[in-house]
Amino acid sequence: MRIFDPHIHMSSRTTDDYEAMHAAGVRALVEPAFWLGQPRTNVGSFLDYFDSLVGWERFRAAQFGIAHHCTIALNPKEANDPRCAEVIDLLPRYLDKDGVVAVGEVGFDSMTEAEEKAFARQLELAVEFALPAMVHTPHRDKEAGTRRTLELVEASGLAPGMVVVDHLNEVTVGQVDDAGCWMGFSIYPDTKMDEHRMVRILQERGLDRVLVNSAADWGRSDPLKTAKTGQAMLEAGFSDDDVDRVLWRNPVEFFGQSGRLVLEDVAGSADPGATFEGNSILRGGRD
Amino acid sequence: MTTLLPLVDPAELRRHLSAEGAAALDSMVAEVTAEPARIGRLFAGAARRTGRGPLAGHDVLAQDAVRVELLAAAAAALDGDRLRAELVELYRFGDSDEKRAVLLGLNRLDPSAGLDGSDLLLDALRTNDTRLVAAAMGDHARHLPDDAWRHGVLKCLFTGVPVAEVAGLEERADAELAAMAERFATERRAAGREVPADVATVVAAHDRTTEPRKA
Repeated sequence: MRIFDPHIHMSSRTTDDYEAMHAAGVRALVEPAFWLGQPRTNVGSFLDYFDSLVGWERFRAAQFGIAHHCTIALNPKEANDPRCAEVIDLLPRYLDKDGVVAVGEVGFDSMTEAEEKAFARQLELAVEFALPAMVHTPHRDKEAGTRRTLELVEASGLAPGMVVVDHLNEVTVGQVDDAGCWMGFSIYPDTKMDEHRMVRILQERGLDRVLVNSAADWGRSDPLKTAKTGQAMLEAGFSDDDVDRVLWRNPVEFFGQSGRLVLEDVAGSADPGATFEGNSILRGGRD
Repeated sequence: MTTLLPLVDPAELRRHLSAEGAAALDSMVAEVTAEPARIGRLFAGAARRTGRGPLAGHDVLAQDAVRVELLAAAAAALDGDRLRAELVELYRFGDSDEKRAVLLGLNRLDPSAGLDGSDLLLDALRTNDTRLVAAAMGDHARHLPDDAWRHGVLKCLFTGVPVAEVAGLEERADAELAAMAERFATERRAAGREVPADVATVVAAHDRTTEPRKA
């Protein structure tokens, strides 16, 4: 089973987790920029965090044979703090980096005016940098937050296929599916979604535009929930190819829209030292 | 106005790139030559336009060679102070690949330029990213004070960066460095752990450095 975890906060995880993830088949992941648990109090604190996402954490993941990519944004919770909101003006410096494959996590926490302003501005940045957007949906009043999210996405002009609306459940999945956005599911030990409910949703809706993630962070969470969902799919009668589609090919298709995924070193699909007609086969060079 | 040599001969580099990649590199070099500050907008995404990966026959990655060629173009149009300001900015907001390219560029500066980027080397040596540590111990490390340089060599031993990457080891290795390497080996042996072969390389470099005086 090869696994691409499309949403996991590795900065909060240990090297034991990296080893266990690799053993379970995880070869690539996306780490979205988010809240750290402890509120930040200034813009510089964000910049050091972003530097870590495009620097140290990427290096750390590579030591364990896992390709690390990230998303960059001002998260909805801290969009409410005027001491932090100015970081939006510095995001363009990071949105052009090779390892940055989306703008995110953007979206709503408490559905304030400040959150809506930051959300709309960052959707504009996604359009400007031709990047997908990863949208967090609120823990509280999720249904209303998801509805307003989809209105803002439509108004932004960003194609629905460039947007993943994350942390969905049985109540919110329908409207996201109808809007044509990608549907993200965070499989948690005891909140949001579990692997057996996930399997039922896949049985009802099919495998199109579905991303399954562990969203593991500093809270109680499990970085192997992607693998456990794959196992639950197999036990429910899905094929190996179905599992590969949900856990690998879907995230590759979604984040591949950035033009910035580099997976050859981990997927075994190319020999980096190979030559073709005397030339190195160099990766990229598409845009 | 300042001389900074490319990592790979420009014509040779282009032979390894696709036609589109070579054209993109030409276009970026022309932009930076005309307006050096443009490098700040081009540096991050440069490899996405040219391609990345190992260059056959060279111990260099394409993305590093491309970025250092952009640095060379900027350097040619800037005096030492303005080039330094540009390098500091690129390093500060660079990801690890960009930071490494800036360090590799410092190593390709003509010494007569008098540009000192040792603050960037010290930043890189504070990280545990072996790609940055290795790049920080190249030619430009001659600007590091002796104590910082010795700790840089020790960090190479500690993090597994081959000391073959350390520029000028044979000339600069001194008794203090050899003693530091030996104390490191003592700690490893006491812990029952393997002593890296490079410890002997460092000690031998010092022995050779001092040989003429012994004789």
